[in-house]
Amino acid sequence: MIGAAGTILRKDLRLELRTKESVPAMTLFTLTVYVLFHFGLDRDSLDGELASGVLWVTLLLAAVIGVSRLFAAEREQGGIDGLLLAPVDRTSLFLAKSAALFLFLVAVEVVALPAFGLLLLGPGLGGALPELLAILVLGDLGIAAVGALVAALAAETRARELIAPLLLLPLLVPVLIACAQATEPLLRQTQGPEDLGRWLGLLTLYDVVFVLLSVAVFDYLLED
Amino acid sequence: MYSKGFKPLAAATVVALATAMALVFFYAPLDADQGFVQKIFYVHVPMAIVSLCGFVAGGIMAILYLRSGDSSWDMRSYVAIHISIILGVGVLATGAIWARASWGHWWVWDEPVLVSFLVVVLLYCVYYPLRFSIEDPERQARYSSVFAIAAGAFVPLNFAAVRMAEAYTHPRVLSQTGGNLPGEMRLTFLVSLLAMALLFVTLWKLELISKHASMQLKRLRKRLDARVAA
Repeated sequence: MIGAAGTILRKDLRLELRTKESVPAMTLFTLTVYVLFHFGLDRDSLDGELASGVLWVTLLLAAVIGVSRLFAAEREQGGIDGLLLAPVDRTSLFLAKSAALFLFLVAVEVVALPAFGLLLLGPGLGGALPELLAILVLGDLGIAAVGALVAALAAETRARELIAPLLLLPLLVPVLIACAQATEPLLRQTQGPEDLGRWLGLLTLYDVVFVLLSVAVFDYLLED
Repeated sequence: MYSKGFKPLAAATVVALATAMALVFFYAPLDADQGFVQKIFYVHVPMAIVSLCGFVAGGIMAILYLRSGDSSWDMRSYVAIHISIILGVGVLATGAIWARASWGHWWVWDEPVLVSFLVVVLLYCVYYPLRFSIEDPERQARYSSVFAIAAGAFVPLNFAAVRMAEAYTHPRVLSQTGGNLPGEMRLTFLVSLLAMALLFVTLWKLELISKHASMQLKRLRKRLDARVAA
């Protein structure tokens, strides 16, 4: 199962390296949204809850793009039939797709986070980096699990470009709450009290529930 | 197929609803702080509890569908979610009225139950476009069931997250259903909850009966058309 998942993941990453479709688009999108927030809020620098809110809403919106492109190659070029005919477990397809989405998100954040620090953030990013990385990893895991599930759910519907974001964003509200609340004290001018543990615990619970749930139900999607 | 025991159920619902209304207006004492407005509590909170249970029940019926492949479970799950969304919209409306009357605002972001409800209702509204944009009936049932299961698991998680995020400044509505309600209010609340639950089951059965009848009608029409054509 892991071997098959690795093969599909390698295929997705190679495809992304050659076509350069999702990650550059998502990165460009985050930069554009920063500019939009700059003008929309009419602020030159942000801190505290405004900063963490802008950062996380931007990342979630970028994730929507990644999710809606997740099965694009298979659908447009008919590769999905090949995957479904292959004698491998559907779970490995889920693992591969969510791992690909996770890696895409990490690649986007490698650019988007420093860019956020440069363009919008008032206080420096340096001191809070280890905590921020932990939040990002756990948040990305949740987004990747739910994103792969939603992408597979929406893949067979007629209006999939509409349904994927409408399904994804409400499902990610707990991730947004936990990530934004955990990030907020890290981005204040004067570092205040924080209860990081509580939010990381909630994120971990969310990740575990949705990974297990997706593994359990993924078999029923993408059949026939 | 679904109509077994419907009549006594409907009669019990009417009796329970009438009793609940009578208790709300003539028996339950006026709330010392909020006065008459507090009586919306007997509609709002039972509606919220029944609607949430309906969402979770829809998820459980979806699991039964996926395990058994019996499409009547999918129909049950669909109708349960359908009725729960209607009740959910009712919860949002009554919640807004209550918030306006007791806190002066139509919408209060630091009331976690109300905010969680908005997120849940927004999510479940996508059930319809998802379900009806898949044509193949078997695949439609499968995808809808997967959605119902994921969303059913999401409901409690979302409640925990929103409740953690909001400041604990307002009274916890759900904890009022626990020990600290005076006896008369408690009895009225429990009867209202029972009435709302019965109403849910009655509406659910009614919708199932009507869906089943229209499906049968369609089948018969098709057969008739085939015979006329022959």
